[in-house]
Amino acid sequence: MCLAVPGQIVTIEGEGVLRLGRVSFGGIVKEVNLAYVPEARIGDYVVVHVGFAISVMDEHEATQVFEYLKQIDELSELEGGNR
Amino acid sequence: MKFIHEYRDRAPAEEYAKAIARITTRPWMIMEVCGGQTHAIVRFGIDELLPTRITLLHGPGCPVCVTPIELIDKATQIASRPEVTFCSFGDMLRVPGSERDLFAVKASGGDVRTVYSPMDALKLALDNPARQVVFFAVGFETTAPANAMAVYQAKEAGITNFSVLVSHVLVPPALEALLSSPDNRVQAFLAAGHVCTVMGYEEYVPIAANYRVPIVVTGFEPLDILQGVYMCVRQLEEGRAEVENQYTRSVRREGNRPARQLISQVFRIVPRKWRGVGEITESGLGLAPEYADFDAELRFNLTAYTAEEDSECISGLVLRGVMKPYECSAFGNRCTPEHPLGATMVSNEGACAAYYHYRRHEIQAHAAGIASKGASRA
Amino acid sequence: MPDAKPFVLQCPLPVGNTGFVQLAHGGGGKLMHDLLEQMVLPLLGNPILESRHDGAVLAINGTRLAFTTDSYVVQPLFFPGGDIGTLAVNGTINDLAMCGARPLYLSAALILEEGLPLDTLSRVLASMRDAAKATGVQFVTGDTKVVDKGSGDQIFVNTAGIGVIEHQLTIAPSGARPGDAILLSGDVGRHGIAIMAVRQGLEFETTIESDCAPVVQPVLALLDAGFEVHCLRDLTRGGLATALIEIAETARLSIAIDESLIPVMEDVQGACEILGFDPLYLANEGRFVVFLPASRAADALKMLRAHSVSSGAVQIGNVGENAAARVTLRSRIGTLRVLEMLTGEQLPRIC
Repeated sequence: MCLAVPGQIVTIEGEGVLRLGRVSFGGIVKEVNLAYVPEARIGDYVVVHVGFAISVMDEHEATQVFEYLKQIDELSELEGGNR
Repeated sequence: MKFIHEYRDRAPAEEYAKAIARITTRPWMIMEVCGGQTHAIVRFGIDELLPTRITLLHGPGCPVCVTPIELIDKATQIASRPEVTFCSFGDMLRVPGSERDLFAVKASGGDVRTVYSPMDALKLALDNPARQVVFFAVGFETTAPANAMAVYQAKEAGITNFSVLVSHVLVPPALEALLSSPDNRVQAFLAAGHVCTVMGYEEYVPIAANYRVPIVVTGFEPLDILQGVYMCVRQLEEGRAEVENQYTRSVRREGNRPARQLISQVFRIVPRKWRGVGEITESGLGLAPEYADFDAELRFNLTAYTAEEDSECISGLVLRGVMKPYECSAFGNRCTPEHPLGATMVSNEGACAAYYHYRRHEIQAHAAGIASKGASRA
Repeated sequence: MPDAKPFVLQCPLPVGNTGFVQLAHGGGGKLMHDLLEQMVLPLLGNPILESRHDGAVLAINGTRLAFTTDSYVVQPLFFPGGDIGTLAVNGTINDLAMCGARPLYLSAALILEEGLPLDTLSRVLASMRDAAKATGVQFVTGDTKVVDKGSGDQIFVNTAGIGVIEHQLTIAPSGARPGDAILLSGDVGRHGIAIMAVRQGLEFETTIESDCAPVVQPVLALLDAGFEVHCLRDLTRGGLATALIEIAETARLSIAIDESLIPVMEDVQGACEILGFDPLYLANEGRFVVFLPASRAADALKMLRAHSVSSGAVQIGNVGENAAARVTLRSRIGTLRVLEMLTGEQLPRIC
């Protein structure tokens, strides 16, 4: 249920439920239905599951995994590490 | 690949592992709900990085595993009909029914095809007006928008030779059923990031509060899972029970509005039977009355019956996290991916197959111990 | 060695032993393995067959020859980067090269289905001619049969090949030694995805081409330069992982490889991510692994990289010291896992 992959929108055509995009996944391009991401633009990354984009990748949030790690590391240094 | 490989980086993975070890003072049991997360955990050996006090339990997160045996039987019946082109996602083809699986139907001449998307099945229907094209609409909420769109467009276009066999399941009712079960051992959840991408995570707030379990919406790459585990452990250690979102790059609190809107138009909530677990009320999606024409169960004359699960298969206990695959007496001998007794061994995401594929060598000793003791099962 | 469809999407994983041949028996994974071990070898076996290498090395009147055969049943017949004809030539001469032989002569047996357009046959034959010409081998004998419509899959091709061995080495799994370096000639997964992508329902807008190619040149270059090559294996169906597992089991040696060292082109990776495939198990048709003493690895890589088909050659791991007969992979994030033989074909998944 969960195999969804981020890809970059290369072209868009159509509107509404027929809004389709060509999305590149590391260079391989597949046609994807963009009906559920009306806000997506060419160049955006979308998360694609069974041929449908289900979200637009928030590129700002994409780094939070690393920022969070940095914070907890800094915190533990401040605390001298708790064992 | 962008937004994939940076989350498979060794140095931050080790840092997260150390951070988790730092804050863990007691044993904790955390369940990841989604089969895709199970796959990542086993493939990347993520549980090897965790302190031994943290146990990861593998939940009912694979629609292949939870699709009831009766539905497989209905699928094989429909697929055997000469006028039918039966389309399905690949992993459904090997799930055993009472007597056979969809592959066997294909081997004996049935027109069974693997598709990547339900829209491929719809296209087949358009291109082959003389055939009855049936799509096996399986999945959690993640796949519901795609299946909804296929049915919606079929109706809008007046396509009469397309129908769907629906086996959609919903995660929150499954979690509640798990949590209210007397043998529940789960203390926190990694919720399924792509399910929540579609549905948001508001439904989990009352669950976290009522059952006092931390729920962290988590992604699928190694760093996502490690961060999700960290956030769960932190809540557990601090005595909190909240819903948090680890997978912020894809998940918003309200989910995907247009997707949820079409899902509620095309589907309605129905009771569903989960293989190995039993019936859970309001845990599935069925077609709404206006789309009943596209229901394959109604379109074809299907005999209704209840099917018996293989008695040795403990899929149910594995799915609920009560037992690990290698604790099953049949694991690796009578039940293998070539000869599966239950769905958890068939699906790539099924806990049993994941363990078999990646871990057989390590646990052969354990299995030998089981064989000599004899396994006790609930 | 029988070569079944390189990537049968609908290959069934049988429910139980049915007593009948299943498509999975040709898949290159565990079922085929079992069929060979439990039925074919007991009935036909002898020490030469049991060396379980890509071809047989025969000593006849003081000359060492390599002899191999393969059948080609790929569907679709024509795919990006090749067709059944190019496969039929390159697959067989590559097997000869894997014995360390210089390929010389081929036979071709064609099984044609009634109704096959002659034009199609002509195209396939032209491909075979071109592939043979490119590597200097000749078709010297052959056979043609026609079967009723419905009894064949348009065209089946069997090729057998003979090559001459011009060195004294024993190149086979049994030649692998603890500590040996394992070199991989280039990126993996290309052929498997190329075949997959022309099947219904999985088309991509961009084209991935098969890596189908002869690997004779770089192999002979290594041998002519005097490298002490212990084992060679070309990667076909079942991919890199299956090839290494087979060698580990035959040689009774442990193999350790590092995932981060295995090259996968980004577009192949993208296709694998979408479909849920593991590139380590995908078919290749122009890639091979070399086992040789670790001290010679750097020089061997230099030589391999001078040839276009192996320009991306890298070292991916080593043969271990113990006799555990398994392949251990160090994942990207540093954890270890044991690679297992696939039990059936990989299927596109949604989970």
